[in-house]
Amino acid sequence: MSNIENLKSFDPFADTGDDETELTNYIHIRIQQRNGRKTLTTVQGLPDEYDLKKILKVIKKDFACNGNIVKDEELGEVIQLQGDQRLKVMEFMVEALGVKKKNIKIHGF
Amino acid sequence: MSAEELGFDPSIKKKKKSKDVAPVSADSETTTVASTEDDDLFSGLKKKKKKSKDKKDTSEEPSADVTDDLSESFEGMKLKKKKKKKVVAADIDEFEKQLQDAGIDESIVNETSKKSDLIPYSQLLDRFYGILKEKNPELAGGQQQKLKIPPPEVLRDGNKKTIFANVQQISQVLQRNPSHLIQYLFAELGTSGSIDGEQRLIIKGRFQSKNIEGVLRRYIQEYVICRTCKSMNTELKREAANRLHFIVCKACGSTKSVTSIRTGFTANVGAMKKKRV
Repeated sequence: MSNIENLKSFDPFADTGDDETELTNYIHIRIQQRNGRKTLTTVQGLPDEYDLKKILKVIKKDFACNGNIVKDEELGEVIQLQGDQRLKVMEFMVEALGVKKKNIKIHGF
Repeated sequence: MSAEELGFDPSIKKKKKSKDVAPVSADSETTTVASTEDDDLFSGLKKKKKKSKDKKDTSEEPSADVTDDLSESFEGMKLKKKKKKKVVAADIDEFEKQLQDAGIDESIVNETSKKSDLIPYSQLLDRFYGILKEKNPELAGGQQQKLKIPPPEVLRDGNKKTIFANVQQISQVLQRNPSHLIQYLFAELGTSGSIDGEQRLIIKGRFQSKNIEGVLRRYIQEYVICRTCKSMNTELKREAANRLHFIVCKACGSTKSVTSIRTGFTANVGAMKKKRV
């Protein structure tokens, strides 16, 4: 029976490859309003293999803004940037850091 | 599904389907006319048969059967249009045979049946879809009734607060608990707020109508639209056992788990920061 090629071609219960249960640690980019027209951009959930200090240095120069790294008890280290840098940060992450776009979530309005 | 198709009022973008529908409805007049003709023809046919039966009382059992069949099929026609075409097409041949068996004069019958044969298929199809759309709009081409979500009414309360006036209404349209929607809004906007006496939401910070609308769109995509059938007729259920939220679709019956709302990191800004330090 096992010689019949047709019968063993497809296993409907096999993994399809695109398994959504795989835990994707999203990078969250948020915006927060400050006093007046000023805003704050926070980047949360960058993987540990990146050196946040170096990233921050480059970002600060590229985006012409100030920023710092905040240590949060639950969420680890978070980059804070002055102003609305959400789209720029996302582009930077995709191009310079090689983060997949689907792993980045932009929040805020 | 792009965000624009979510069905907000201000950006009234018609779906592609509606374009397809238009020409058919334009033809509906002619089709209805044809349909009435059609019915008349058949009803005439039925009467003639009965008359002939009255004339000849000689063992008319087959023809009587036929009339019964036909009248049944006519009655069924009004309820189930789909069957009608097949039934009639198939029956006409049988019918003619049985008529011959019964020895009924065929000249009149033939005329009418020929006429009915002459109705072009496209016309019948148009008619079928016209009636189907009238009676069962859900079945006709899957054209769903679009949920109309009223645009968010956003007012400014003083300098630092924003009033979102119709949260209740919107959450009702979306069939969601208002508190869930509000929780999402606060998490996304990174602020806090409260509900005032008139059930309006007061958000700290300055937000414009379009800002809120963008957040609402994302809320709908994440927590309202069914992933399987794209329907917005869904319900959010919380399973007590595992504390997970599920979207339960009322249209197709599928369930999908959704992530709970997380606030994420919020920096302390301004006065709070000073206090803390």
